Amino acid sequence: MINWQRKDLLGLQDLTADEIKLILDTAGPMKEILFRPIKKVPVLRGKTIVTMFYEPSTRTRTSFELAGKYLSADTVNLAMSTSSVQKGESLKDTALTIEAMGADILIMRHEATGAPHFMAKTVSSRVINAGDGMHEHPTQALLDMFTIMEKKGSIEGLSVAILGDILHSRVARSNIWGLTKLGAKVKVVGPRTLLPEQFRQLGVETYYSVEEAIKDVDVINVLRLQRERQKKGLLPSMREYSRLYCLTRERLKLAKPDALVLHPGPMNRGIEIASDVADGLQAAIEEQVTNGVAVRMAILYLLMGGNRDEVAA
Amino acid sequence: MKLLLKGGRVIDPANQIDGIMDVLIAEGKIAAVGQSVEAGDAQVYDVSGKVVTPGWIDMHVHLREPGFEGKETIWTGTRAAAAGGVTAVASMPNTPPVADNQSVIRFIRDKAREAGWAKVYPIGAITKGSLGEELAEIGEMQAAGAVAISDDGKPVSNGQMMRLALEYAGMFDLPVISHAEDLKLANEGYMHEGYISTILGFRGIPSVAEEAMVARDLLLAAMTGSRLHIAHVSTAGAGEMIREAKKRGVKVTAEVTPHHLTLTDEAVQSFDTSTKVNPPLRTEEDRQALIKGLMDGTLDVIATDHAPHAREEKEMEFAYAPFGLVGLETLVPLVVDRVINAGHLTWSEAIAKVTCNPAGILGVPGGNLGVGKAADITVIDPEKTAVVRKESFYSMGKNTPFEGWELKGWPVMTVLDGRVVMQEGRLVE
Ligand SMILES: [Zn+2]
Repeated sequence: MINWQRKDLLGLQDLTADEIKLILDTAGPMKEILFRPIKKVPVLRGKTIVTMFYEPSTRTRTSFELAGKYLSADTVNLAMSTSSVQKGESLKDTALTIEAMGADILIMRHEATGAPHFMAKTVSSRVINAGDGMHEHPTQALLDMFTIMEKKGSIEGLSVAILGDILHSRVARSNIWGLTKLGAKVKVVGPRTLLPEQFRQLGVETYYSVEEAIKDVDVINVLRLQRERQKKGLLPSMREYSRLYCLTRERLKLAKPDALVLHPGPMNRGIEIASDVADGLQAAIEEQVTNGVAVRMAILYLLMGGNRDEVAA
Repeated sequence: MKLLLKGGRVIDPANQIDGIMDVLIAEGKIAAVGQSVEAGDAQVYDVSGKVVTPGWIDMHVHLREPGFEGKETIWTGTRAAAAGGVTAVASMPNTPPVADNQSVIRFIRDKAREAGWAKVYPIGAITKGSLGEELAEIGEMQAAGAVAISDDGKPVSNGQMMRLALEYAGMFDLPVISHAEDLKLANEGYMHEGYISTILGFRGIPSVAEEAMVARDLLLAAMTGSRLHIAHVSTAGAGEMIREAKKRGVKVTAEVTPHHLTLTDEAVQSFDTSTKVNPPLRTEEDRQALIKGLMDGTLDVIATDHAPHAREEKEMEFAYAPFGLVGLETLVPLVVDRVINAGHLTWSEAIAKVTCNPAGILGVPGGNLGVGKAADITVIDPEKTAVVRKESFYSMGKNTPFEGWELKGWPVMTVLDGRVVMQEGRLVE
């Protein structure tokens, strides 16, 4: 496959393995641009990218903005109220405004599942889901997969553990769809209150013991634990969570010796991941940030009709 | 004014009638039902090929007035009923103000009488303000015309309060209608908890949130000996408990909605907010179990839970949209096409679930074509195929998940107290 066919990128559930590979293959040459003295190519000159984040996330938004700038697009950040719908204008009115502005690409994060899908149906701009509720975060999963490909050569046949608050994680869901489509074996592990048994129906193995889950895996993707889970009664204490689930050096030894450690950031050091693991040789957490820009460049480029072979040349 | 409905298939389960007959109406009442009834000076309607049934009764409707006139009014809601072949509705009390006293009950009845499109039987609240703390003036509300009590939409969480309600309502032989939901277990969810909610990352409402409450209410009904009616049963487990309680002689009846009989949680993947209902659309297994419950008599009634909302309230993020869908104008074709034509119930069995059964539970007239009864009649064309189009609804609510569905078997005439109020889907103004 050489060309992207869809209007939007809303999630990995709907994508084929070929579409995922197209993005990952295009991200390689994009990453090379990042190491040039002048990090700018003119492929999206004259195009307008609007970012709209209903949940604050400087990391992801900046990553998209840089990706757009390196491709010479104009990027505009719409400051959205972070609270829910009662205040401010409805999503429908926002959509009509966006439509009138004539943005080429709309990048949207929202605390409600399906909000980018609603937007995609309503506006003619191309919509990229930068995270919707607990549903999907496709660009994060794609950058995780790109990092795995770089380090391991291929995803097929790998054994990947996803560790932490699976229930509330859109990163976990998108990773599960993407990794299983590309032929990895996925294990998810976390406390039972944060890991509904229905996950088994997604073709993954579920574990409550981190020791059992990470035995001989090639990759461990550690998720961020939100402190509010304890307040909601889903966990007795952060202390107990970290005793049972923190990825420590001792636990990491159970995985393959060259196992790769990923974390979507920002990290709670000492809670879900020990500092020495986060800073250790097996972690690729900073590289994930660089790769995030490359993958997002690839997505912007493909959505605007770019062709993988052009950029490779 | 006399009318003769000539040559239709008259199905009147209350009187065990199913055959080609004529129905003569005089002065708003049924004057004769039989073969070759003399027309005399009556206006004759040829209804050969059509099905003539007692006027359908929808015992679970939110008319929204007083207070939510932006969603629906008694006028628009009863017009939707007439257009949909429904001659009587029971209205739920969760309005602002709550129908928890005789004044609101009287207001609803007066408004409905003035409108004249369908009969409205108000359901009073169980507790003042439906807050679950103090019993409402149930005796006075009954005297003013309330036919049942319910805190629909706001379940009675306090078990002691539910016990008192059953005991107290029992004195008046009023059924207590339970919206069975344990709010803590429902955990502010907005769809069924299962595989689909897991992949969508939606907060789920587990089946046990309903079943735990059904279990409690069945125990209380057994203890008090009072009449309990379980609204909108949606899970296989709830159906099973009701079946078992009926065997033990508990005075319980139950209803199921057309949407729980025809849709599952798969529909939520569209993010169409009209699939957001409470109780939520469940799984295919539950749907099959509900059909079985309908067939073996566990579920006595089909009722719509008609819940209109303003367009802008539903045109938003799924998580924030209110629960509810409109049902009055799709009730008949869904029952005919998906229950009768699908082979689950005979015509006579299905008609009972929307006529004499709800009438019996609520203790209201209607649901019966006996001579001398009010001439409330629904005429259905079993051969008519049409597509559901929400823009043609008389209801102010356009929140239907059935938009675009092609269904066979539509109401073509509604008669209310001997007056033709709807013909060929259009109201007779
Ligand atoms: Zn209800």
